Amino acid sequence: MTKKYSKWIWGVPLWILAIAFLAPFAWMISTALKPDVDAYKIPMQWIPSPFQWDNFSTVLSGATSVLPAFGRSVFVALLRVAGELITATMAGYAFARMSFKGRDKLFLLYLATAIIPAQLLLVPRFIYFQKLGLYDTLWALILPGMFTVLGTFLMRQFFVSQPAEFAEAARMDGANEWRVFTRIYLPLATPVMSALGILAFVWSWNDYETPLVLISNPDRYTLPLSLTNFVDEQGQIAPGLTMAASVISIVPVLIVFVVLQRRFIAAMTHTGIK
Amino acid sequence: MATATVVAAGTKARTEQGSGIRPSGWIGFLFIAPNLLGVIAFTLIPLISVVVLAFTDWNLVSGLGGITFNGIDNFVAIARDPGFWHAIGLTLVYVVVSVPLTVVLGLALGIALNRPLPGRAVLRAIFFLPYIVNVVAIGMTWLMLMNPKAGLVNQVLDAFGVQPGWFASSHWALPALIVMAVWGGVGYCSLIYLSALQDAPRQLYEAADIDGASAWSKFRVITWPSLLPTTIFLLVTLIIGASQGFGLIALITAGGPGDATTTISYYMYQTGFQFYRFGYASAIGLVTFVGVLVLTLLTWRAQRGRALND
Repeated sequence: MTKKYSKWIWGVPLWILAIAFLAPFAWMISTALKPDVDAYKIPMQWIPSPFQWDNFSTVLSGATSVLPAFGRSVFVALLRVAGELITATMAGYAFARMSFKGRDKLFLLYLATAIIPAQLLLVPRFIYFQKLGLYDTLWALILPGMFTVLGTFLMRQFFVSQPAEFAEAARMDGANEWRVFTRIYLPLATPVMSALGILAFVWSWNDYETPLVLISNPDRYTLPLSLTNFVDEQGQIAPGLTMAASVISIVPVLIVFVVLQRRFIAAMTHTGIK
Repeated sequence: MATATVVAAGTKARTEQGSGIRPSGWIGFLFIAPNLLGVIAFTLIPLISVVVLAFTDWNLVSGLGGITFNGIDNFVAIARDPGFWHAIGLTLVYVVVSVPLTVVLGLALGIALNRPLPGRAVLRAIFFLPYIVNVVAIGMTWLMLMNPKAGLVNQVLDAFGVQPGWFASSHWALPALIVMAVWGGVGYCSLIYLSALQDAPRQLYEAADIDGASAWSKFRVITWPSLLPTTIFLLVTLIIGASQGFGLIALITAGGPGDATTTISYYMYQTGFQFYRFGYASAIGLVTFVGVLVLTLLTWRAQRGRALND
């Protein structure tokens, strides 16, 4: 009897806590659906009345639209994910399953650079990209994201755990190295690749610091930067528009999260990378 | 980007199995080349540059030709720079309060979420949610929630008779950032602990039950030691994250009011990208990085020593 209730003894307080945790998101949605005069109403009005979609139509159309920025974020994310998956998978495979001169030294070099925080590299990247004509272009965001050390690690850790016998058998049958990689090991790697893809997508989609430093033209803002368009020069935030745009910025990550929840959490928790 | 994976990968690199791998000559190198060239161009060269720049006096005004090496001048200047030490102090307070708080609450939440609960999977997802949302959406929301006059947070706190000024007050701005950091990180920590708890030694708990051990002594003797590696991992990841990020501060407080939230990472951002003092900013970045590295190594050592003594 007590066993049956114990589930609820813990469950009820945890659900109350969870609802409190969600309050900022509920506030976000509620504020996006009401006129600005009601945003700071005391007491807080959770269910908007009048209920209105005007904020959403403003941030989705005309000069104030965040859709171009949304498109740029999609473009950046797709190229980064594709580039990282290709280069990291190949490099990770070679570090794990092939042997060549200097491999381990090279891997040590990779280890050493991986602990460097991205923030430290922003000053030189800022300078280089100006010299190369990449500053204030989307390529400043895309290119460094296509070639990552952490992605290579993730893939290497997977390939190291795979048996070598598969390759031996295929080589006996005359398969070359590229065939061994693409026909035998690559199909096995799809779960890890999807985990890496999710991570790369979320890094790219949520990145604010890199575009803050490397993008200056508002016509090239990615989505997180464009959310700041609804703050005026005095720092006054337009609550409804900002929250409507914020909701839109969360939706893609949320969809990936809901659809691939198990894999998403595994990817995040096994790597400790945000 | 967090870096703790690397530490884990580093230990594994040494134990790699060498069996069954045939020499593949230059073909292996071809597989690595695309990634390697990119890493050299966008990580390695910038990294070397930042080290070189740290020994120069260079700003945007002087242009590329205006680079002059000034030896250790930047580091001497850092040692005497009250702004730097102020930022270090703030960062320490921020890290020392927010990181342990996040880890402890994450542990409690992880243990709670490990029990049979109604709607457990949904609960886990809810607590994790703040972790996957972009910092601008989160920052804007909290900025309005913590509006000193009419924000929801102060409406709730009114019942307790407290009305903090949050981001408008130099006393409350840092605590406000800490509240946000804890809210954002607890769910992540709880999930990491959850996966570690699933590996906890079941037989030991059964044996302890037979001996009639209390819940607290079971936690102290079995659970806590088995979670120690996870705790270290989280401490390291969170310390690095908390000391390197400047996005939220750039967005919400711009280091203020006054310099109340000018943490070291924001100080570097300001020096580099608002005052365009590239040499000095590089030196600050380098010193900070070395400092964080030492701090995380000490965390590692201290915890490891304790683990061996137990």
